[in-house]
Amino acid sequence: MSWIPPLLVAIPLLAAAATAGLDHVTPQPVQDALVIGASAATTALAFVLLWHAEDHEVVHWFGGWQPKHGVALGVDFAVGPLAAGMCVVIGIVVTLSLLYALTFLREAARLFDALMLAALGAMCGFAMSGDLFNLFVWLELMAVAAYALTGFQVERLGPVQGAVNFAITNTLGGYLFVVGIALIYARTGALNLAQIGKALAHGPAGGLVIVAMTLLLCGFLIKGAVVPFHLWAADAYAVAPAPVCAVLGGVMTDIGLIGVARLYWTVFAVPFGQGHGVGDVLLWLGLVTAVLAGTMAFLQRHLKRMLAYSVVCHIGIMLAGIGLLDTSGLAGTELMFLAHALLTASLFFVAGILHVDHGLIDELHLRGRGRGCWAPAVAWFAGTIGLIGTPYVGIYLGHGLIDDGASELGRSWVPALLWLGSALAGAALLRAGARIFLGWGDDEDELLGRAIEEDPLERAVRRPILVGVALVAVVLGVAISVVPGLGQRAEYAAGRFRDTSGYAARILHDRAMPAPGSLPVTIQHTSVDSLLYASGATIFALGLAFAGLYRRRMPRALAPPVRVLHSLHSGVVGDYVTWVVVGTAVTGGVWAILLR
Amino acid sequence: MSYLPYAVAGWIFLVGIAGIATSKNLIHLAVCLTVTQSSSYVLLLSVGYVKHGVAPIFLGTKLGTTAVDPVVQALTLTDVVVSVAVIGLILALALDAHRLSGTVDPDGIADVSG
Repeated sequence: MSWIPPLLVAIPLLAAAATAGLDHVTPQPVQDALVIGASAATTALAFVLLWHAEDHEVVHWFGGWQPKHGVALGVDFAVGPLAAGMCVVIGIVVTLSLLYALTFLREAARLFDALMLAALGAMCGFAMSGDLFNLFVWLELMAVAAYALTGFQVERLGPVQGAVNFAITNTLGGYLFVVGIALIYARTGALNLAQIGKALAHGPAGGLVIVAMTLLLCGFLIKGAVVPFHLWAADAYAVAPAPVCAVLGGVMTDIGLIGVARLYWTVFAVPFGQGHGVGDVLLWLGLVTAVLAGTMAFLQRHLKRMLAYSVVCHIGIMLAGIGLLDTSGLAGTELMFLAHALLTASLFFVAGILHVDHGLIDELHLRGRGRGCWAPAVAWFAGTIGLIGTPYVGIYLGHGLIDDGASELGRSWVPALLWLGSALAGAALLRAGARIFLGWGDDEDELLGRAIEEDPLERAVRRPILVGVALVAVVLGVAISVVPGLGQRAEYAAGRFRDTSGYAARILHDRAMPAPGSLPVTIQHTSVDSLLYASGATIFALGLAFAGLYRRRMPRALAPPVRVLHSLHSGVVGDYVTWVVVGTAVTGGVWAILLR
Repeated sequence: MSYLPYAVAGWIFLVGIAGIATSKNLIHLAVCLTVTQSSSYVLLLSVGYVKHGVAPIFLGTKLGTTAVDPVVQALTLTDVVVSVAVIGLILALALDAHRLSGTVDPDGIADVSG
């Protein structure tokens, strides 16, 4: 089955080239069929790959350059159940977004589809790559496609600003990554991840490896929009077309985290796996991200900006799950990724529908204008409840597994902070939903800053498709926590992903991996603590949403910190770059102290 | 082994970042980005350099001849290609920024914030 992984990249990239090349030759319906067909075929193949990856890592060596005597010279794709699962979600979200874009961006040039397909291929390649330099290449390919998609409708200054900030910050992240690659290559003489890990097993790790790790992981954290590298995210998501936001916020941001996990467990767990130094820094970055971004989401009135901060908040929770460095935490991250991708996509789809109907997506200006739009309202509220993680809905199971991981390590304060983050972001979304679809609350709020102007869109001709796509995404996302057997499979996949020596033996010596045995097909239950936290978070989010709607005035003590938070997110790229440098330096400094 | 190339690479990287952080012109900023990236070329090439090594073309050379590392050159080349795409895109966006607002100052195009 080792022929499947390259197809997940080849099909979308070839289809992208065909779409761009045949732009003026083939009729529209043929083009649409080609684009959707390629994306759906990729998704289907990803499912087949997931099926096979369950038993053992599916490895493909390009050009047949297999390792000899445990030395890998070639370039490989190595796919376990976790990577294959990522490809499935990426495929589903991109396919839904392309369907949505069919009528949402009717007038858009066909290059839009080509860029989306290129991003799809690059993301699948990134998830499957077993080679350090190829990770960089896929990272940049998806990034370039994403910059172009962000600035796709350039009639206003906003998209230009968003795309510029996005491009420059992420490109700088890419350069940090390249320097990290050069340092690692200098130290080990290898680019294959398993080979690098093997080389680092001998001799002291030393300062060079710590510097290289800092540069490599910070490169991914910039892509993953983790505080303080998150500043570009809101600018980019606020201006990109809704289907692009669904892909960027649903899967492309999160995939940076998968890069972090992949690098840690194939390479850096070898020299630094004894202690918790690496994980603790990631855990703290995740906690700060979850709470800060949750707060920022509550301070927004522009729906897509609010959603952007909600995405960053959940990224923080997922990063904390990785930072726990245990199977439970990683499995939780994986399940959250699934639910979060679909739910976030559906909320962006609803924001796009509101944009089409009313020509704006400002919470206060839209007050009461969504009354009677039942389907979008249902999608919005269901998506929000799923993102808060109300018991047995949406992200709940993933969040619960992260809680379990934290409690096993004796860090019972972690879950409280994480649930606070998702409740804050959820409260913002609930407040916006209640204001727009139910007409509750005032139509002004000093807390939320100034309005952002928006261009009205052309009215879509096939609105049912938009609504249908949003509903499909929300139903899939909400159901993730109650799919029988999914929790157990996620834990098994996470265990495989964390098996550094098993992975290296499979890649370098072609040894078989331990068989999974039979996994039960039942709904996974979580601890009572998680149940209580989730219920508490839901009640807190409801309360906060009401407070946001009906509070007479802002408590005086809150005004200065709110002003500081708003002004930190300045929208100027020079500031963002400064934060990137400071963040990288501090992260590296802390690691240098903890790991020496 | 000399530390000079590594020091040069580090210095170019930091100078480039300082330029990006303080830039008042998007085109200048794109050039600073190129400068930052040049540091990775210097670093990669100094990593692969072998004293008295020949170019890694083995046609007609004796077995066992010392050659410089061919991999880093491939990496550098890929790196160059990737950055061309990014710089091209940023310059195109700078054109759009000028068309829409008459300025290419990153502060001037900060339309959205908070």
